[in-house]
Amino acid sequence: MSVRSSIAVLGVVAFVGLLVFGLVSKGSSGLAVGDAAPDGPLPRLEGGGTESLADYRGRWVLVNFWASWCLPCREEAPALERFQRRHGGPEFTVLGIATRDLSSDGQAFVREYGLTYPQLRDGDGDVGDDFGTTGVPENFLVDPSGKVRLLFRGPISEEYLREEVAPLLPMAKS
Amino acid sequence: MRIRAVLLALAALAALAPAAGAAKGPTLAEIEEEVMCPVCGTLLQLAEAPQAQRQKAFIARMIEEGRSEEEIKDALVAEYGDEVLATPEGSGFNLSAYLVPIVAFLVAAVALAIGVMRWRRAGGGPGDRGGPASRGGGPSGEDADRLEADLARYDL
Repeated sequence: MSVRSSIAVLGVVAFVGLLVFGLVSKGSSGLAVGDAAPDGPLPRLEGGGTESLADYRGRWVLVNFWASWCLPCREEAPALERFQRRHGGPEFTVLGIATRDLSSDGQAFVREYGLTYPQLRDGDGDVGDDFGTTGVPENFLVDPSGKVRLLFRGPISEEYLREEVAPLLPMAKS
Repeated sequence: MRIRAVLLALAALAALAPAAGAAKGPTLAEIEEEVMCPVCGTLLQLAEAPQAQRQKAFIARMIEEGRSEEEIKDALVAEYGDEVLATPEGSGFNLSAYLVPIVAFLVAAVALAIGVMRWRRAGGGPGDRGGPASRGGGPSGEDADRLEADLARYDL
């Protein structure tokens, strides 16, 4: 095969490869139970500075993607806060991530519902995309090693928290 | 006295008018045409989602505060990231959005020009049937005679 033919073949292969990559990355279905949760840094919703899920390694974390403009997020916020007050501590926390939301609106939401668990901000939604979220709210229970143990799309209920999440937490077992 | 006061007020308004015109800020419609609704993935002007309504209110507040278009766009980027801009910034990696089509066009034009030159050099062109005689730069003697005869037959 001549040099020119080789270059032409390489060009075609590269072009097809790019198309396939584009299709595969667009069609990604996101995280599954057992996958490592993305742990890129995010700014705190209030107070400045950044945090990442890696900072919570060693604890169980219920990652809650929400936005102030999302009505179902308003439904679940009180249940999450009650769960945090009951189980939050050195071994577990809820971690809110306000996604594609204005920071002032997000801060007002936190005050309105008296949320005491830590809150981060994913303004461009990139971390939500890494988790494979398709909307808000979505919840991911991440174990102390950073792996996803449960995922729940849609507003989480008090019943789900009590029956599915709580039994996995170490303090609930003891 | 009253007439004088009215005249003074009119004069003051007339003096302020050009300054107000010069300081005219952007309108909501202008900004909506240039930014995206990050949740809907469409231009903000086409979006009606709850998030889009919040974004429009945010822009309207900044316009009321007298912010420039640049300041409003910067604030939106700070909130939603670069993807909120309908057209990418002309710097850094985003510059490639403008350069790649130009470079691709130039490469295609050069490739086309080279292809045409090679084709012509190889004897291509209208009327070429690929025969050996045609590559010599003109018709063979036999073809020339036939051509002459044909032309004479149709000569009026």
